[in-house]
Amino acid sequence: MAATAPGEKPLAASPSTWLVWAGMAAFLVFLLGLLVSVVVDSFGRQWFATWLPLEATTDWYASSWERFSLGHVIGVTVGVALAVVVISVLVGVPAAYLLARRNFPGKRFVNLLFLLPILMPPITYGIPLATVMYAFGLGRSVVAVVLVNLVPSIPFVIMTMTPFIEQINPSIEHAARMCGASMRQVFLRVLGPLLVPGILAASILVLVRTVGMFELTFLVSGPQSDTLVVAIYRAMTSAGGGEARQLVSAMAVMYTTTMLVMLIVALRFVNPTQLVAQVKEARDD
Amino acid sequence: MITADRFESLELRNVGRSFGGQDALSGLDLTVRAGEFIALLGPSGCGKSTALNCLAGLLPLTHGEILMDGRRVDTLPSEKRGFGMVFQSYALFPHLTVERNVAFGLQMRRLPRAEVAQRVREAIALVKLEEHAKKLPGQLSGGQQQRVAIARAVVLRPSLVLMDEPLSNLDAKLRLDMRTEIRRLHQSLGLTTVYVTHDQEEALSLADRLVVLRDGRVQQVGTPDALYEAPASWYVADFMGYRNILPAEVVSVTAGEATVAVGGVRLTGRVVGTVAAGDRARVAVRPDDLSVVEAGDVVDGNSLTGTVSVVEYHGRELAVSVQAPDGTLLHLRAPKAPAVGATVTLTARAQRVLVFPESPEPALATTGAGTGASEQAVAI
Amino acid sequence: MTAVGSRSTASLRHRLAERGVDVSLLFLLPALLLIVGLFVYPFSYGIGLTFQPSALVQERWGGGVLANYVAFFSDPFVFDSVGITMRLALPAALFNVLASVPVALVLRRKFRGKRLVTSILVLPITLGTVLTAQGLLIFAGRQGWLNRFLLEAGIVDEPLRLVNNYTGVMFSLIITGFPFAFLLISSYLSGIDPSLDAAARTLGAGWWQRFRRVTLPLLAPGLATTFILTFVLAFSVFPSARLVGDAMGETRVMSLMAFRAFGEQNDYQMASTIALMMGVIELGVVALVLLWRSLLYKGSTGGKG
Repeated sequence: MAATAPGEKPLAASPSTWLVWAGMAAFLVFLLGLLVSVVVDSFGRQWFATWLPLEATTDWYASSWERFSLGHVIGVTVGVALAVVVISVLVGVPAAYLLARRNFPGKRFVNLLFLLPILMPPITYGIPLATVMYAFGLGRSVVAVVLVNLVPSIPFVIMTMTPFIEQINPSIEHAARMCGASMRQVFLRVLGPLLVPGILAASILVLVRTVGMFELTFLVSGPQSDTLVVAIYRAMTSAGGGEARQLVSAMAVMYTTTMLVMLIVALRFVNPTQLVAQVKEARDD
Repeated sequence: MITADRFESLELRNVGRSFGGQDALSGLDLTVRAGEFIALLGPSGCGKSTALNCLAGLLPLTHGEILMDGRRVDTLPSEKRGFGMVFQSYALFPHLTVERNVAFGLQMRRLPRAEVAQRVREAIALVKLEEHAKKLPGQLSGGQQQRVAIARAVVLRPSLVLMDEPLSNLDAKLRLDMRTEIRRLHQSLGLTTVYVTHDQEEALSLADRLVVLRDGRVQQVGTPDALYEAPASWYVADFMGYRNILPAEVVSVTAGEATVAVGGVRLTGRVVGTVAAGDRARVAVRPDDLSVVEAGDVVDGNSLTGTVSVVEYHGRELAVSVQAPDGTLLHLRAPKAPAVGATVTLTARAQRVLVFPESPEPALATTGAGTGASEQAVAI
Repeated sequence: MTAVGSRSTASLRHRLAERGVDVSLLFLLPALLLIVGLFVYPFSYGIGLTFQPSALVQERWGGGVLANYVAFFSDPFVFDSVGITMRLALPAALFNVLASVPVALVLRRKFRGKRLVTSILVLPITLGTVLTAQGLLIFAGRQGWLNRFLLEAGIVDEPLRLVNNYTGVMFSLIITGFPFAFLLISSYLSGIDPSLDAAARTLGAGWWQRFRRVTLPLLAPGLATTFILTFVLAFSVFPSARLVGDAMGETRVMSLMAFRAFGEQNDYQMASTIALMMGVIELGVVALVLLWRSLLYKGSTGGKG
C-alpha cells in the first residue's frame, strides 16, 4: 500500500498520492451513488432496465406512510430516542464527573464495567437481556426498547463526558467552594454551564446512535414499539419477498433526511472525529 | 467600605496531612493573629500548599486541629469556613463576566440584590477594573485576571484570605506591581492573610511573619528581619539569600564565635546552634557582606584571596564571582568592576559570617526535645 | 507542645474520605445500578441459561448440561458460522485499517473543503447498515447504475452479481467501516507531533524513511486499536448479512444464527450460547491484537490517543 509523505507540497504530489485521491473519489462516488439511487427509486413509479425511472411520483411516500403507520413509528422513534438521551445524560454525567475527578477503591473495575458494553457485540448481551425482558413481561414494549438502548448509551455518555470534565481545572471548583457554594451549587452554577457544550455533544451523539440502533431494538421491539430503522428492516424482509422496493426506499429517504438534519445539527457542535474518537481514549489505557 | 470580619486568633495545632502514608505536612503549630500577613515559604514539595489547602478545607487533615478563637473549624467544609482564596491559576469562572465572578460568593450567601451590586462595585473599584467589569475572564490579561481573583476573594469580607502563589504566573514587572497592590489591599482592608510562595523576596517584602518549611516540617517562624538576620539553620539561610554556603570544619569555639577551616583558609564567625571543635559545619555569608579589599584598607580578621572569574552587571552594582584557590566559587557584590582574572582579597566581618551545624535541621530540633522551631516561633 | 503523634486524629469519615470513599460516590450509583441491572445481571442470567439446554437439544446432541455447547461445536450448520463470520470480519477490518492510513496521511494537509470531505465520510456511520443495504440493493443490483455503467462502458459483458452474496456484505462492511477507521486513524495521526517529522527531515530522512521509521512506529498502537474497533463492528454484522448477503449460505454469520435461535426457534438457551460464544471469540481476537501490540511497541504515541 503506497503512502504519501505528510507535509509534502501538493504540487510535488507523487503518483501514489494521485492513487489515494482516485481511490477516495471512487469511494465517494460509490457512496453518493447509493444515496441517490435510493432517492430516485423512491420517486419513480417503475424503474427497471433504464437509467432513470420512466415516470415520477410521490405516491410511494403517501402509501408507505399509511401502510407502515409511519406516524406512530416516528412517534415511537422520537420518544424512545429522547427518553434514552435524557436518562443517559442524567445518569452518565454525574458518573463521568466522579470517574474523571476522584480515585476510590475499585475504580478500575468500575471503568471496565462501563467499557464492556461498548466492547462486546450488542447481540452478545442483547439476547440474554431480551430473554430477561420477555421473562419480566416487558417484551415488545416501548419501555423495553428504552431500557436496552440505555446499555450502550450510558457508557457512551461517560466516555464522551470524561475528557470534557478533565479539561476543567479543579481549582475552579475549589474557588466556587471557597466562595461559599455548596456541592449542589457548584454543579448548578459552575460545572453545569461549563459542561453545556459537552452535554450537548453527548446528547446529539446518543440521539443519532439510538435512532440508528438496529440490533438491540430489534430484539425486544414489537409492532407497537418498532423504531423506524426496525420497521424498514421488517418491510425489507417481510414474508413473500418483501414489500415493493419503492415503499422501502421512500421510508429510507425519510429516515435519511431525519438523520441528515440531526447530523448537520451535530456537526455544528462537534468535530466529525468525535463521533467515534472518544471511544478509543477509554480503551487505550 | 469593605472591612474584614474579625477573629482574634486562628490556631493550628500539630496540623499534619499524609498521602498514602507519606507525610506531606507534619507537626505544624502556628497562631495567626487578626490582621497579620503570614507567608509560608519553601521550595516546591515542601508542604506549603498542603498547609494552605488544609486551612481552606480543600484537603481534610490527617493530624491535629485548627481552632478559631477556641472553636474547632477543621471539621467544617470549605464553604462554611468563610475564608477567601486566591489561586495560582486564578480559577476564574470562564463563563461569567468579571462582575458576576465577583458577585458569585455574595449570591451564594443570598444577600439582597442592591447590596450585592454595591459591594461588587466597590471591590472592582478597589482593584481598578471598572472599565473591564462586563468582560469575560478570557478577554483579560494575566494581571487583570489575578485582580479579579483578588476582588472575588475580598468582596466576601473573609476573616482570612488564603493566597496560593498568586504571582507566579505573571511576568517579572507585573509581579512587582501586584506585590505592592496586594500589600496595599492588605493594609487598607485590615485583612488577615496567609500567603504561600517559593520566592523569598516576595515573602520578605509582603509578610509580617514568615514560616519556612522543608519536607513538610517547619524550619523557622519569625519576622522578616529576624529570619534575614538570624536564620536558624543553613537551610533557612540559603533561602534568605545567603548565597555562599560552604562546607567547613570547626577548629575552635569560643564564646559564641567559632573558627573554621574552609578551602584552605580560616574564617571566624558567629555560631548558630551547637558546634564543637572537630565537627563538620556549614559557613554562610551573604554576597553583600563580602567585600573586596582595596589598597590601603585595614583588614579586620577574615580575609581570603581568589581569582575573579565572572562579573555581571546588575545596574547600580556588580555581581562578582571569585574562585578561591581550592576551586570554591564565592559570590559577592561590588560597586566597581574588578578585571576578570585579577587576584583579589576578600573580607567579611566575623559578625556577618554564620557558622551552622552540618545538619539542615534547625538548631533546637536536633536536640530531640520536640519541635523546637515552632517553640521558638511562639516565643517570637 | 509535643512531638507529632503517630496516630491519626482524623475521624473515620475523614480517613475514608482520604481513600476516596464519601457521599459523592452516590453520583456513581444510578449509572452503576442501571449497568448492573441491564448488563451484568442479564449477562450472568444468560450464562446460566446456556447450561440449561432444552430437552430437544439434549436429546439430539447429548452432553447433559453442556448440551448447548456440544450442539454449538458439533452442528456444522451452527459451527460453520464462526468461520463464515471470520472470513468476512477479518479481511474487512484489515482492509479498512490499511486503506485508511494513506487516506489519512493525504488528508492531514490543510486544503479547501477538508471539512466537507470528512463530513461526507461520516455519512455512512450515521446512515447505518439498513440504509446502506437498501442503497446497495438498488445501486449495485443487476439493473442498478453500477452494472449499467460497467455494461455500457464495455468493461463487462453481463451484469456482475454484487449483492445477495459475500461481495454485497463485504461492500456494506467497507462502506460503514472505512469512514470509522479513517476518522480514528486521523485522530491518532493528529496526536503525533509534526515536529518529529520535521526533525527526521533535518536529519536527512526521505519521505519513505520518515514514514517507515518515525510515523509508522508511532502510529502502530493506534492501528491496533483501530483494527480492534472496526473488527468489533464487522464481527457483529447482522442486518447487512441478511439484507445484502446470502443468509442461509455464504454469509450465514454468527449473529444470524443467534437470532434464528432466539426469534424463530424461541430456544433462548441456545441463542444465549451462540451469543456468548460470539463474545468469547470476539474478545479472544481483541486480546490477541492487544498482545501483539504490547509486544510491538511500548512507548507512548506522543499524544493523547
